[in-house]
Amino acid sequence: MLEYPVHARINGKPVDAMVDCRTTLADFLRHDLRLTGTHVGCEHGVCGACTVLVDGQSARSCLMLAVQASNHEITTVEGLAGPEDTLHVLQQAFIDEHGLQCGFCTPGMLTTLVELLNTNPDPSDEDVRIGISGNLCRCTGYESIVAAALNAAKRLREERTA
Amino acid sequence: MTTATFGKKIARIEDPALVRGRGRFVDDIHMDGMLHAVFVRSQHAHARILSIDADLARSLEGVRAVLTAKDIAPFLAKERIVVALPDKNYLQHHDRFVLTPDEVTYVGEAIAVVVADSPYLAEDAASLVVVNYEPLPIAADCRTALLPGANLTHSNSTSNLIAECSSSYGEVDAAFANAPHVFKASFEQQRGVAHSIECRGCVARLDEVDDQITLWSSTQTPLIGARLLAELLGRDDTAVRVVAPDVGGGFGPKLVFYPEEAATAIAAIMLRRPVKWIEDRREHFVATTQERDGLWDAEIAVGHDGRILGVRGTLIHDHGAYTARGLTVPQSSLAALTLAYVVPAYHMDCKVVMTNKVPVTPIRGAGQPQGVFVMERLLDIAARELGIDRAEIRMRNLVPASAMPYKKGFVTRGGIGIELDSGDYPACMQDALRLSDWEGFPERKRQARTRGKYIGIGVANFVEATGRGPFEQVSVRVAPNGLIYVATGAAAMGQGTKTMLAQVVAHLLGGAMERVIVSTGDSSKVSMGFGGFNSRQTVMAGSSAHVAAVKVRQKILKTAAHLLETGEDDLEISGEFVHVKGVPDLKLSLAQIAKSSTGNPGYRLPGNLQPGIEATETVVIDAMTYANGSAVVEVEVDAETAEVRVARVFFVHDAGTVINPAIVDGQIHGGIAHGIGNTLYEWMAFSEDAQPLTTNLADYLLMTSTEMPKIILAHRESPSPLNPLGVKGVGEAGVIPMSAAIVSAIEDALSDFDVRLHCVPVKPSELSELIENASRLAR
Repeated sequence: MLEYPVHARINGKPVDAMVDCRTTLADFLRHDLRLTGTHVGCEHGVCGACTVLVDGQSARSCLMLAVQASNHEITTVEGLAGPEDTLHVLQQAFIDEHGLQCGFCTPGMLTTLVELLNTNPDPSDEDVRIGISGNLCRCTGYESIVAAALNAAKRLREERTA
Repeated sequence: MTTATFGKKIARIEDPALVRGRGRFVDDIHMDGMLHAVFVRSQHAHARILSIDADLARSLEGVRAVLTAKDIAPFLAKERIVVALPDKNYLQHHDRFVLTPDEVTYVGEAIAVVVADSPYLAEDAASLVVVNYEPLPIAADCRTALLPGANLTHSNSTSNLIAECSSSYGEVDAAFANAPHVFKASFEQQRGVAHSIECRGCVARLDEVDDQITLWSSTQTPLIGARLLAELLGRDDTAVRVVAPDVGGGFGPKLVFYPEEAATAIAAIMLRRPVKWIEDRREHFVATTQERDGLWDAEIAVGHDGRILGVRGTLIHDHGAYTARGLTVPQSSLAALTLAYVVPAYHMDCKVVMTNKVPVTPIRGAGQPQGVFVMERLLDIAARELGIDRAEIRMRNLVPASAMPYKKGFVTRGGIGIELDSGDYPACMQDALRLSDWEGFPERKRQARTRGKYIGIGVANFVEATGRGPFEQVSVRVAPNGLIYVATGAAAMGQGTKTMLAQVVAHLLGGAMERVIVSTGDSSKVSMGFGGFNSRQTVMAGSSAHVAAVKVRQKILKTAAHLLETGEDDLEISGEFVHVKGVPDLKLSLAQIAKSSTGNPGYRLPGNLQPGIEATETVVIDAMTYANGSAVVEVEVDAETAEVRVARVFFVHDAGTVINPAIVDGQIHGGIAHGIGNTLYEWMAFSEDAQPLTTNLADYLLMTSTEMPKIILAHRESPSPLNPLGVKGVGEAGVIPMSAAIVSAIEDALSDFDVRLHCVPVKPSELSELIENASRLAR
């Protein structure tokens, strides 16, 4: 199998590696870099569990090859917490609002919502629902996830005006 | 009770790791030298295997083995995986193989396993394994599989009828003979897939020092799995350990022990290397058990006032090609049907039929939604024909609170009497009606019609059998480091089991949740147990945890009383300390107490007590505890496109005492979503030759956030008298009444067209046809 170099920044750190050309970004993150927070639920781009941020934009890491990450900035769920492991506002809101049960879809939900709140700091209930409509959750019925997103948006707005 | 952790919305102890991406799901496990397994599966619904040619696959660099039934036979003490729930009602036995040697009976059945250095390589090699088949006649559908001359699912059997069962009490024929009104209808439910977002998967490792095989598996029943695996491998049960790591959702099918788990373990033993197998979504569609094809002919006898005199009928239940669990699903359908109502006479016969499809085992609700669907539909029909409001006919028939505990006339599959233990079902429905303004709906509907909109409302009641016994063992131990360790075979799959147990234990032992370390689903940590299914763990494991914690509390206080030279009644436990009431400085830490209790050679133990601050409890509760609820659903139907939108769901639920309201709400929300999906979006389609047609999540639709209705939840709390906590199960509640309530609401919305629905899922094409036919007749 042909190996290609990957030079990327992943969660703020430079990564240089050689990968098989057919290795998906999801498998590269999970099994080569052991960043197992990114989950794989369907491997055909429907469930959204593997969502990561590529230059701040959400992308399905199961539909992207590792080599395509070269010269890009990748953020996974492991990269959301701040210095000294302080939780991102969204992560805290998920805990507070019981926004997760099994936690398998959670990393994809979080990364998707980071992008949403970056582009729309004051989303409506419907905005959030549309924002996560590409992420499947079988546990929560989405209610608590929507509540967590709205709660986090409010806290972020308050932080900004404070 | 000193510090309240019980009954409160408390943040879950599972969450900090999960939101950081530091969960440990099975595919997150890495081991040095680990190999990867991929299965070669049948492409035919029924065929004889003529030959398997794996030479090319074996020749690939990095492929370590291609194993077939013949290769693994020397490692098996039993040829087949013996069903976990044997049942006297079986007429024939068709247990599953680990790898099927001669005759495959469903698409997806495992024939061989490829083990290679990487999963990519294993996939490559699996595609190079050539299996030559001789196709055999296919029993594709339970609707026709019992007809004379039908194709046989297994060529060595004489019939597709694998079991018969029935539920019966009272004088049903007399009830019908003398009834003023009898209404009859046929109903149908079709197959669905559970679809936890994490598929199945496992990692097996042989520890050659201890000669122990360990299987980490995404399973709901690690202890049952350990027992089955030990039997299968002919090993002592101490030489097999099964552990459920973080499990990314269960919803039923992961309660089954699967061929892939056994094959992965055998590969690890044969190759003396750790082996991992991770199911992909397509495999989940063809190889993970499914549920709920059923055909009912049912009738209800009622008096002029709408009071039920009797219910009877027949059910044909699709079992799939093998027995993977037992007869739980049809038995639960029959049992659930009448539970909420006073039904003086009942007789339902069930024929369980094999087909060349993936085996059927419970999915969230486990047959109960189907039984409830039939009962509620019969009541809707009776209400319509007698001109009684749908809610009113239910009020007249619900088991009244004054009758509690109410003994039903029949027994569970284990022969244990069914007695509804507590609850006020009429008040529960009244709450739901009030919340939804049921009485005002006809006016809202009339107004909507003037705007060209078709809206409808429906109601359904249910009683859920929860807390399946006989027990779930829990040990509670205060370690010399002062932390409280809780271990159980109960398995966590997202429902907050660890938090639940920590709340129950912390409540009695100082109230510090963060000091409670919970281990679930590890067969090496307790001597026996079952796992997560049948909405049972809060009842069964919760009760054992409570009783164990009571004993540990007594031991802590006795030991501390001796050490502090005071009375037990003068002490309280707070956080990590035991102190004299009102004198916070006069204290001992739990660590000091636990250390003192481990003893010193030659010295007496404090207070001459038994050593150790620990207790292991196995509380036995045979009778099930019955939770109940009522759902009112509002829908809007587009009469042009037949699109159904569920607008609002009013759900009132009674699961007895609530330990954590946020977790209970979450369970119900998820169940409601699941129930809406089952009713409107999810359909596992097969071709006429039993080829699965919907094998990805673009064809098979799961609920997304935008289909969710507005949900209005309310709770009642009728404690169960059957367990020390007063709790009932809640894991499946949300799903159970949804199909019945939604279908009733659709009929109501389309009352202008007099549409009658008897089948779920409700497919837009079929609904559109019904609307069109009605419109044509009207013209």
